Amino acid sequence: MSRMLLEVKDLFAGYGATEVLHGLSMQIEEGSITTLLGANGAGKTTTLRALSKMIKVRGQILFDGKAIEGKATEDIVRLGVAHVPDGRGTFGSLSTEENLQLGSYTRKDKHEVALDQEKMYSYFPRLKERRNQQAGTLSGGEQQMLAIARALMLRPRLLLLDEPSFGLAPLIVREIFDIMQTINQRDKVTILLVEQNAAMALDLANYAYLLETGKLVLSGLSKDLKQDEAVRRSYLGH
Amino acid sequence: METFIHQVVAGIAAGGVYASLALALVMIYQSTHHINFAQGEIAMFATYMAWTLINAGVSYWLAFVCTILLSFSLGVLIQRIIIRPVENAPVLNIVVVFIGLLVILNSIAGVTMVLLLLLYSFFKFTPLGLAMRAAAQNPDSSRLVGIRVGWMLALGWGLAAAIGSVAGMMIAPVVFLEPNMMSGVLLYAFAAALVGGIDSPGGAVLGGFIVGILENILGAYVIGTELKLSVALVLIIVVLTIKPAGLFGKVIVSRV
Repeated sequence: MSRMLLEVKDLFAGYGATEVLHGLSMQIEEGSITTLLGANGAGKTTTLRALSKMIKVRGQILFDGKAIEGKATEDIVRLGVAHVPDGRGTFGSLSTEENLQLGSYTRKDKHEVALDQEKMYSYFPRLKERRNQQAGTLSGGEQQMLAIARALMLRPRLLLLDEPSFGLAPLIVREIFDIMQTINQRDKVTILLVEQNAAMALDLANYAYLLETGKLVLSGLSKDLKQDEAVRRSYLGH
Repeated sequence: METFIHQVVAGIAAGGVYASLALALVMIYQSTHHINFAQGEIAMFATYMAWTLINAGVSYWLAFVCTILLSFSLGVLIQRIIIRPVENAPVLNIVVVFIGLLVILNSIAGVTMVLLLLLYSFFKFTPLGLAMRAAAQNPDSSRLVGIRVGWMLALGWGLAAAIGSVAGMMIAPVVFLEPNMMSGVLLYAFAAALVGGIDSPGGAVLGGFIVGILENILGAYVIGTELKLSVALVLIIVVLTIKPAGLFGKVIVSRV
């Protein structure tokens, strides 16, 4: 049994009086890609927001064996959790390069940071062409690449990705999924992926969780979930 | 002709004061995306602190430095105690230690351009400057890269108060010190910040001089001194109507 990088036990979270997650428990194995599937409003984005403490939570979140549910977002980042939020969260008035620099804000190893920046430009050559351009003027696909690259500049141990395929052309989505695989295998980054595109997500991921109205209803190896009758009908459309 | 030159020089002198208060406004705007209408009062208060210190026998330059430091603390305290509890608006960012330094040096030696370059470099090339700009623009994303947004805001307020205190101390010798003086100056400074572009420190300084010279020349030859303040108001309206981003302000482009 490999070790767990993230363990969530009985997690409750929501917005004001509206509770969205009702006692969620899940585990993420170190080195894996895990995908979180579910319909709109099931609580996928809320789960990611809860993990990086962008919203208040009750319950337990263990990262690398240590409780982080009481920590602030800025400190969770410092432990090595990078979050690409829904809507990408790029800094629109700053340049592409400044966005990347902000990704490494907490790092002190300047030399390594410079190397990582070149690495990001090799993963996403189009960002290099646009390095001095205002990020708000990039295309949707380029902004998504920038958001992922910015998150990777942290050298995260865990990468939380919120619907990276949203609103993008199929070719761009393919490119982004390929990069996710590279990041996972070459850079050993553990990934938690929230996706609408269940078919692609299940192909990429090792494990999958299925979320319905704030509760997990199914979990397992993604190759098993792909065969599951209910999953096929509801999420794969066949 | 001699009178004209005299008016221009007087305008430059007043413009320096407007420029530094405009810088304070830009600072707060950069760090919070809000305009601080109490900036004039903070500067006024600081000027009285300086005056009290000097009257107590403290040397001018020591009082000058003490006042800046006290004002900085005051700005931080105001933000922490008064602003923070009601804040959940977009926050933060800034680099203003250098602006403070810049203005201080400016008032001493008149090396505005060099100092401006320092300020620009601070925002443009230092990680702290970048973090301050980021925090002002997108607090959520800033937290996600580890920036402590709340403290950046307090830093911005502290620096703005420090700069404002410089403006107050600069204006005391130039004009008479009296309680309502700063509200007029704030209006000129506000016009200066708008003319230059509310997000451009360099624009604010240039705007300060433009407003100072215009005010003096129009006051002397066209409208008379009683109506000088309306120059600022008219300028504000003209800029907002014709070029809302100001001369050097950045027009934010975004795709939707």
